[in-house]
Amino acid sequence: MESIYDIIEQTACDLYIRALQEIPQDIRLALLRGQKAEQEQNNETATQMMLTILNNIEVADRDHTLVCQDTGLPIFHVTVGSDAPVSIPELKAALTRGCERATRERPLRSNTVHPLTRKHTGTNTGVGIPVVHLDFVSGSSEIELQLAPKGSGSENMSFLRMLNPSDGIKGIHKFVLQCIFESGARPCPPVIVGVGLGGTSDVASGLAKRASSFRKIGSVNPDPDVARLEQELLHEINQTGIGPQGLGGATTALAVHIDWAHTHISQNPVAVNMQCWRGERAEAVITAAGEVRLPQAELAGSQK
Amino acid sequence: MSEYHLRAPFDESTMRRLQLEDRVYLDGTLFGIRDATQHRIFDEGVAPPADLTGAVCIHTAPGVRKRPDGTYEKISIGTTTSPRMDRFVPGLLRQYGVRAIVGKGGLLQPSVEAMQSFGAVYLAIVGGAAALETLQIEEIEQVWWEDLMPECLWKFRVRDFGPLIVAIDAHGNSLYQKVQNQAAARIKALGFA
Repeated sequence: MESIYDIIEQTACDLYIRALQEIPQDIRLALLRGQKAEQEQNNETATQMMLTILNNIEVADRDHTLVCQDTGLPIFHVTVGSDAPVSIPELKAALTRGCERATRERPLRSNTVHPLTRKHTGTNTGVGIPVVHLDFVSGSSEIELQLAPKGSGSENMSFLRMLNPSDGIKGIHKFVLQCIFESGARPCPPVIVGVGLGGTSDVASGLAKRASSFRKIGSVNPDPDVARLEQELLHEINQTGIGPQGLGGATTALAVHIDWAHTHISQNPVAVNMQCWRGERAEAVITAAGEVRLPQAELAGSQK
Repeated sequence: MSEYHLRAPFDESTMRRLQLEDRVYLDGTLFGIRDATQHRIFDEGVAPPADLTGAVCIHTAPGVRKRPDGTYEKISIGTTTSPRMDRFVPGLLRQYGVRAIVGKGGLLQPSVEAMQSFGAVYLAIVGGAAALETLQIEEIEQVWWEDLMPECLWKFRVRDFGPLIVAIDAHGNSLYQKVQNQAAARIKALGFA
């Protein structure tokens, strides 16, 4: 009988490949809305860019090829039920083996290098990679795996500013728009903008990443003040006219997602992380019995 | 806006004819270069082992599989962010006669000026659209500097490669700069400058 770790390894391997080949449904719909918006405004180049993006997704579906050549760095968010039959160190080792297998067997381009020598590991794993974030919930025996193999064009456009508390909400608007302006064409717009508010510097950065790369488009922050800021920022960002691929147009961002934490009386941390139009991510749930459950939309996508 | 189907090598007059937002499709030879390739050419001073006169270069590091006979099968070929390699562009144009760069993310002012001086253009591709690019690249014809894998010097044969948008022309105009100027004005109008 397969051990739970074999199943975790296989699932991590499958998720890595699936995230690079199958664009999530919410991203597809947002891209389609963007294409229609550009067409309605007679933005010829922007419409062409959006049509090419949609065409590219169709080709990847049809030929089972990678949507983008950047196979990224694998980032996992894992939620472990308190009754799940796993040891955490072995779970992390199984995730690493899964990434290595996907890289070897598919094969995927490996991107992991030593930060000083730039020497390749060749496996898309290494010191600190894959990134594994762990959450725990009580009363469950399941393991939920979410993977985003984050590409570099968007990741290089990451920002952190420790604003003054007196900079207030206006300071947040200014900083986010400055990040969008500085990023311009580089992060492959239309982007999903993740904003992390509060916490400490590392917490804000982590929240921004989770918001850009793991939240579905259409999800809204449950705090109404934060939700309003999400809407306002999206509107302002799309007012800039940077547009698809930075060549001008109405669709600079597909969504703005803000996640927050409480912070110190004298701090006002704001982090910004971009996700490119591909919005690569995949997820699965592993039950205590070793069954692998896929979310409904992805299940439909994988049956073709 | 016009549409062109072009085959490299290019001459200066063809490049000077292209205008911002013209649409281009390429046939024939396309060279792949990236950070490490150009680090070798310009920082280590090793001349490229292929003639780049009139050539089109794309900023890429392909995903490939080596065949038993030593040739390479394409797995996923896409385009990387150009501004990272901006400092190499004037040298490619002046020393080696490159006529066009295919990339995403644009180039900075020194490259815009070099393109004006030497008669070259920047062709924007949709970043991340590797499924399509891989389809339009018919064959990996030759590879040099395999020790830099995947950042070797690559020679691809392409057909109907595009759509590419003329985003920097050979007359000092940059669509990126135009869009950024407009964005700066709009952010100011919103009161958040």
